[in-house]
Amino acid sequence: MTAPAAPLAQDEPFVPGAPPPGPLWLDAWGGIAQNNPVLVQMLGLCPLMAVSNSLANGIAMGIASTFVLVGSSLLISIFRKGIAGEVRLTVYILIIATFVTVADLTLAAAVPEISKALGPFVPLIVVNCIILGRAEAFAGKVVPKRALADALGMGAGFTLALCALCAFRELLGSGTLLGVNILGPRFEPWVIMVMPPGGFLTLGIVFLIMGWDLSRKARRARAVAA
Amino acid sequence: MTGTHQHGAPATEASSTSTPAWRLLATLALGGGFAGALVANVYERTLPAIQRAADAKVAGAVGEVLGAPARLDTLYLVGAALSRKPPAGVELRAVTKAFIGFNAQGARIGVAVEAAEPGFADDVRLMIGFDPATSALIGYSVLAQKETPGLGDKIEKDTSFAGRFRGKVVPVKGTKNSTLDASTVQTITGATISSRAVIQIINNAVALWQQRLTAFEKEGGK
Repeated sequence: MTAPAAPLAQDEPFVPGAPPPGPLWLDAWGGIAQNNPVLVQMLGLCPLMAVSNSLANGIAMGIASTFVLVGSSLLISIFRKGIAGEVRLTVYILIIATFVTVADLTLAAAVPEISKALGPFVPLIVVNCIILGRAEAFAGKVVPKRALADALGMGAGFTLALCALCAFRELLGSGTLLGVNILGPRFEPWVIMVMPPGGFLTLGIVFLIMGWDLSRKARRARAVAA
Repeated sequence: MTGTHQHGAPATEASSTSTPAWRLLATLALGGGFAGALVANVYERTLPAIQRAADAKVAGAVGEVLGAPARLDTLYLVGAALSRKPPAGVELRAVTKAFIGFNAQGARIGVAVEAAEPGFADDVRLMIGFDPATSALIGYSVLAQKETPGLGDKIEKDTSFAGRFRGKVVPVKGTKNSTLDASTVQTITGATISSRAVIQIINNAVALWQQRLTAFEKEGGK
């Protein structure tokens, strides 16, 4: 997942387990592509399953999660030296929970319909492993600008994967996208796609494609080596 | 978001393996204090908008089930009796209410009441409009439901089902066949439980509110 540790070229003191230094764009791009929280790290699958039955839900959930991720990562990175190691997880969760509550209340005030559709899954962002994972693995060990880049990348990666699943499920399950009918009146919606089993089926198909791609790359690497 | 930026445990020394207890306590206390203050602040700021949305939803449902009344009277449930005066010292949103709708000529269209009972998943909450004089339904509108998408949620999304209740005389019965009977309603295929829940909520609510309204009118309608 991570490249072998490169020698520290920063003016920062050494922090055990810190991510290797690299350009900012790489920190951000990692979350979207080769270190995608959903497709590669397979984190945050519970909210993914739960809210991916309509694209509007996915967009709202993605934005809310990204907001929490960016806010908490930035704050954790700024105060990383003041937060004693023994209580860091408590403080991380405290910071994350605060941002989640802010996001939840804001959604309820600004878009009540979507907030109702997301139900308990916005408050549950608190326990989304992507956010605590990034706080512990990245934000707590790097300078704020790197934490910000990483959070934006991870948030974008999560949102993109979530929206792709949402679009697929809503299109087949309701024949619509963002509530606009796409497939016409003659299309009989596959009800199972908007129900929980549809989430598992969709994710299974995605992982099948990912696995097929990985094994194809491995075969090609072997062929080159041979 | 900006509110927490001032919170600062001293950033002078890096965390070591043995941090004194007072620093741990201070970190948690500072963090907790600022988090609490921020949440309280955002809660206060968003509360009016959240309540406006809830009120608008109820108002919209009342207008829908009474067919856009020209004037609305509100009755409040105080103890077991209805009153035109709201009870003193209680948050009005928490009081059970009935809305009486009148048309432009001042004639009563009907009464809208809220009722909730378990459906297939969680409570189904309806706004029900009916005419107390004839026990005939005007319509219902779903305020909250978590029924199965694509099947049970047709009680909300399939307007033809809600339309089948129009003019039916309570108590209503469900049937699987299409019907023209004055008190039977065709249920939704694949959503027997959800259909039955709607019918039961309507029957119970109308029976209960008929009693309350009769008692209210006997008392002179004050």
